Amino acid sequence: MNDRITLDYGSGGLKTSELIDSVLLPAFDNPLLTELGDGAVLADTGGSGLVFSTDSFVVTPWRFPGGDIGKLSVCGTVNDLCMAGGTPRYLSLSLILEEGFPIADLKEIVASVAAETRKCGVIIVTGDTKVVESGKGDGIYINTSGIGLRRAVLPGKSGIRPGDAVLISGTAGCHGTAVMMARAGLLDEGSPLVSDCAPLHSISAAVLEAAQQTSNTSGGSADAGAVRILRDPTRGGVATTLNEFSEGMPFSIELIQNDIPVDPVVEAACDMLGLDPLYCACEGRMLVVCAPEKAEAVLAAMRTLPEGKDAARIGTVTEDMPGKVLLKTPIGGHRILTKLTGMQLPRIC
Amino acid sequence: MLCEQDFKNPGNAAGTLEKIRQYAPSSGEIRIMEICGTHTMAIARSGLKTVLPPSIRLLSGPGCPVCVTPAGAMDMILSLSEKPDVLIASYGDLLRVPGSRRGDSLMNRRGAGAKVLSVYSPMEALQTAREHPELEVVFLGVGFETTAPGTAVCIREAASLGVTNFSVLCLLKKTFPALRALIESPDFAVDGFLCPGHVAAITGSDAFAFLPEEYGLPAVVGGFEAADLLGCVLELTRMITRKSPALVNEYTRLVRPQGNPAAKELIGQVFCSAPSDWRGLGHIEESGFRIREEYRQWDAWEKFHLTLPGSREIPGCSCAQIIRGVLSPGECPLFGSTCTPENPVGPCMVSGEGACAAAYQYDR
Repeated sequence: MNDRITLDYGSGGLKTSELIDSVLLPAFDNPLLTELGDGAVLADTGGSGLVFSTDSFVVTPWRFPGGDIGKLSVCGTVNDLCMAGGTPRYLSLSLILEEGFPIADLKEIVASVAAETRKCGVIIVTGDTKVVESGKGDGIYINTSGIGLRRAVLPGKSGIRPGDAVLISGTAGCHGTAVMMARAGLLDEGSPLVSDCAPLHSISAAVLEAAQQTSNTSGGSADAGAVRILRDPTRGGVATTLNEFSEGMPFSIELIQNDIPVDPVVEAACDMLGLDPLYCACEGRMLVVCAPEKAEAVLAAMRTLPEGKDAARIGTVTEDMPGKVLLKTPIGGHRILTKLTGMQLPRIC
Repeated sequence: MLCEQDFKNPGNAAGTLEKIRQYAPSSGEIRIMEICGTHTMAIARSGLKTVLPPSIRLLSGPGCPVCVTPAGAMDMILSLSEKPDVLIASYGDLLRVPGSRRGDSLMNRRGAGAKVLSVYSPMEALQTAREHPELEVVFLGVGFETTAPGTAVCIREAASLGVTNFSVLCLLKKTFPALRALIESPDFAVDGFLCPGHVAAITGSDAFAFLPEEYGLPAVVGGFEAADLLGCVLELTRMITRKSPALVNEYTRLVRPQGNPAAKELIGQVFCSAPSDWRGLGHIEESGFRIREEYRQWDAWEKFHLTLPGSREIPGCSCAQIIRGVLSPGECPLFGSTCTPENPVGPCMVSGEGACAAAYQYDR
């Protein structure tokens, strides 16, 4: 650990893990937290249980191509609940506003929150507002927490087996790239580069349903754990999220670069900024690891939805290099994909 | 528009590799050096080293702007960041580079309260200066002929707008004198050069003609996609094996023999040549750019009366040898143990374009 917080600790990569492992987990050690899932599964709350998650949003600029901080703050928590196997129901909304922030902007953001909650079938049931002095906040910060009903039991990374299929629900890296380009002032009005910010409630439900249906038709083995894990690759991108699956586990994940859908516009922007799309955040995509015999059905289910039209199988769980994520390159070579170290920084040339 | 996809995902990779294997020596090895950080990363990302025959060795030379900036310069920048009204504006790469004291970087200084801004271009730094007249904005001008024209435009803009609270700490370097110094160093052992496409886009490919003509070294100016890299390695292997050195421009979709005359003229208007200190290569005459006298008001060296501290290489760090291609990253005793991207000892590990960072990230 450094003796002070640097921006790298917020990157979602190695430094964030270091912060969680050395400062937070020792203080709050309990089995629900140490799972470090997108949301916690509260199994002892009656019925099939609840899922619970929280997320804070500090994006600059607050309005970006394809969304804004309001939409993001709903999608972020809704998606975390979905990834924990839940059906999102209730959200809280906390606003931290900086003195001087235009009311008109606030109204726009709140309208965006409201529109998105309707889309996701959730309601805001509690909230808070605070105002900080000018210069002590970046216009607006939002925290949302959410509760959902547990609809599926996901075994998590310990349920992943060699031979399992690794799927993605759409193209990689759009959100992170769009925000970086907007921040650099490099996006024109009407640019085709937009954030993928979107709720995953429909597509995650479709995935879970498809996996269950095929179990029933294939002899009713009731293979509830066929979908091993769902995760939205936000900070640190696809590469970092897959490393979180494989880290410390007896399997490796092998990806085929040519099979990973990347929007050519994102690829070009990343080339220009010196970024790798596999490390850029997604805010409306989902990684699925599932039993190989369910892969086709799950893919087909995702592709029936507009948000899943680019869904693809991108790799396989193997035993070759336990703990690692390996990428097969288009020229037949390979390289290791590690976790993101700190923030992705723009390169010199 | 050019379709980079065809270069990223070459359909004929297997065929090119087969040809490379035919030309590769059956005994001994051939050593090809790239001298551009973007090539270092492109090679690592493509997995090229994992498909080439073992007798072809790819080395990274002094092509990463961060890596060749000496530790003393970073110390000087870190001291400058202590001034209460100074804001340091820099390309992202430099933020994590430690000075001679381990862990002391602009990123950590920012955590401790220094004003440090990561920018994509010098114009962004100039804009910040205009918006914050109470601050002295200092842009860290690092890089080679590639970033020099943009920096020159910015200095001219600052002058024409009369922005007085903006200056450039010019650490820009020239490729060619350093390349000559490298070739003339006693431990030089390279058989051919993969020349930087970006630099050549400015200087022209002809600027590399001295490699075959004066030193008998094959040289290929190359692009950065997988197909470019394969084509360049094939061309170099063929020339090295046949002992027929020449200059080849593989990157014809972007590089002209004479380069970009407008950019060259801009560089000449704002900068003149000056001696420069390189990590790994030491002091080289005429190997740096210096802001011309008429723009001295925007020269941070003048404005803050800066002098470069003497050589302060980091004990145990092999970056200097790695930059010369004498050692490979894996041959440094600190690699991957004491020195990692999270806690780097030297600049080759910290810079995204550094040979060690690339090796750590992709090859382990």
